Amino acid sequence: MTADVLVSSLADGRAPRRAPALARTLVRQAPGVFFLVFLAIIVIGPMLSVVLWAFAETWWYPALVPNTWGLKYWGETLARADIRSALPLSIGLAAAVTALSAAICLPAAYAFARLRFPFRQPLLLSFLATNAFPRFGLYVSIAVVFFKLDLVGTLQGVALIQLVNTLLLMIWIPTSAFQGVDRALEEAALDVGASRLRVFIQITLPMVLPALSAALLLTFVSTFYEAQGALIIGIPRVVTMPVLMYSIINSQVIVQYGAVISLILWLPSFVLLGLVQRFVRGGTMAAGFGV
Amino acid sequence: MSTLELIGLTKRFSGRPVVNDVSLSVADGEFVCILGPSGCGKSTTLRMIGGFEEATQGDVRIDGASVLDLPPNRRPTAMVFQKYTLWPHMRVAENIAFGLGLRGLPRTEIEREVKQSLALVGLSGYDRRYPAQLSGGEQQRVALARALVLKPKLLLLDEPFSNLDALLRVRLREELHAIQRRIQITAVFVTHDQEEALSLADRIAVMNAGRLEQLDTPDQIYARPRTLFVADFIGQMNLLPATLEDGRLRLGRHVLPAPERLPGNMPLTVAVRPEDLAVVAPNRETDPGTLWQARIDQAIDLGHYRKILAFAPGLFVDAQAAGTVRLKIYAPKHFNAREGDPLWLRPDRYLVYPGGMAPIEIRQPLVAADHSASAIVM
Ligand SMILES: Nc1ncnc2c1ncn2[C@@H]1O[C@H](COP(=O)(O)OP(=O)(O)OP(=O)(O)O)[C@@H](O)[C@H]1O
Ligand SMILES: [Mg+2]
Repeated sequence: MTADVLVSSLADGRAPRRAPALARTLVRQAPGVFFLVFLAIIVIGPMLSVVLWAFAETWWYPALVPNTWGLKYWGETLARADIRSALPLSIGLAAAVTALSAAICLPAAYAFARLRFPFRQPLLLSFLATNAFPRFGLYVSIAVVFFKLDLVGTLQGVALIQLVNTLLLMIWIPTSAFQGVDRALEEAALDVGASRLRVFIQITLPMVLPALSAALLLTFVSTFYEAQGALIIGIPRVVTMPVLMYSIINSQVIVQYGAVISLILWLPSFVLLGLVQRFVRGGTMAAGFGV
Repeated sequence: MSTLELIGLTKRFSGRPVVNDVSLSVADGEFVCILGPSGCGKSTTLRMIGGFEEATQGDVRIDGASVLDLPPNRRPTAMVFQKYTLWPHMRVAENIAFGLGLRGLPRTEIEREVKQSLALVGLSGYDRRYPAQLSGGEQQRVALARALVLKPKLLLLDEPFSNLDALLRVRLREELHAIQRRIQITAVFVTHDQEEALSLADRIAVMNAGRLEQLDTPDQIYARPRTLFVADFIGQMNLLPATLEDGRLRLGRHVLPAPERLPGNMPLTVAVRPEDLAVVAPNRETDPGTLWQARIDQAIDLGHYRKILAFAPGLFVDAQAAGTVRLKIYAPKHFNAREGDPLWLRPDRYLVYPGGMAPIEIRQPLVAADHSASAIVM
């Protein structure tokens, strides 16, 4: 009956006059619900399977859940010498690259947002170039140069190539964030007696902090997961977690190893996401932006 | 003593003069409005006083000393901007306290000052709110408090109320007026709203295309606009082309007494305020040449009076002007005006502008005793 009412009212262009409230709510929310279910299947499904595998000691085909649970593979994985050295290396490398990238890109972003200089627009677009073309070819040609400079197989070499990857994100997001801060707000602070440095620290920076932390987080995580550049430049001496995972998965067909390493790889993402969420949501920041 | 002096102040943007040789002085405790059409350089002038724009030429002096070399944070001025400029991540109290904190005041004193200034703008109890939780009018009041709390030598306001609706604008204008009366602060207020300027200012500086056209009291600006631009810009004005003929002014078929010493061979303009055009009953004794005959084109009810737009072809030589220029006339509310009705007018007071020079005022002796508009029956 509802459907009939809906159809007829759609046909003559009127809203259904006495369609039950529940049906109306359902119709209105159907796209949202559908999207949520879709998202759950796409995102949560694979994640769930990985989690299950990480804690499965045996899992045979027709069973819906593992046959025996246990932490056996965790012990085995964490006991491996290569993982014990790769994990701190990866975290340290990602942190260092993120810090370096921030040190270079944030002042540049501020300049892009606030100053007018020749070739500003082409320069800004040029950062897109590093991400617009297939990386692999770029890396191979960089590797040739690095080889001559004795950078292949060194930490500096890997850091450098990963740094190139981060430029786009670390310049574009902060540039638009800085542009979003109305100059009049800075002028008002200058007007009441603040120096330019103080205006930047106390007025501009707090207002762009959510965007900056998002850029930092994304940079850290994407660097942590970065495998292509690390593989081509770092091998054989510098082995990061993602590179290690490739080799482990390639050499041993034990699903649990992959699952456990995946979970370990996710860890920094979850920790940082949690931090940022608390930081952006809580207290002054949120109220200030009327969230 | 004058608090602010502008001397030949000029600003060029890539060669184009935007503020052109502006000189004026503002006395201690005086409230001066800079009034002018959009793009005439009002904001640029104010921003040069505040230090946000560098002067190309000329000087800005505060208490006799040039401030051109000082950055905005070291000038004794405080600005209220047209845009909402409260810092969104700070509470109202923090916004107001920011400048005081920079001056190293003790905390208890800062708190007291913040409370006082919030009370001054009528927002006591709002100190813990964030700007996003305030209405536009409240935000501008906080911005005013933020500027006043620093006790600046000079308060600068750049159309602070123009983003607000008409009713609120009038209310805030009145509040600002009361505050100014109370604390006697010297202020320069930029606006393009003449009602705002006329009701707030001790003196008004009318600007046009970067130049200062007139600096005078609201009364004088209205009664004796010094240039044709000001005459046209302030209030309602009928501007009529005229020529000098046998010592009299000729406007089409009509003549008017001319001022005594008029330089000859100059385009003349006669300017009459609508309220100086008396609507009279035609009378045989009156010289038909002195009464202007008009035909009502439109009557607009404006509450307590009526504004009438009427054609008066007899006043023009130019046929096109005769058919397009409409006289503006005020009539009492009960005046019975229908489209197409004839009307006789008598100019009681007018200004004669010879070329680009200062006007000469003429008051006509009343021709007949009682011919007020209310007596007319049509
Ligand atoms: N930074 C700038 N560069 C170039 N031209 C500018 C700049 N700032 C202002 N102008 C020009 O100067 C002229 C005057 O600008 P200003 O902002 O002083 O006008 P205004 O009188 O305040 O107008 P409004 O009432 O619209 O605010 C305008 O034509 C404007 O385009
Ligand atoms: Mg302006």
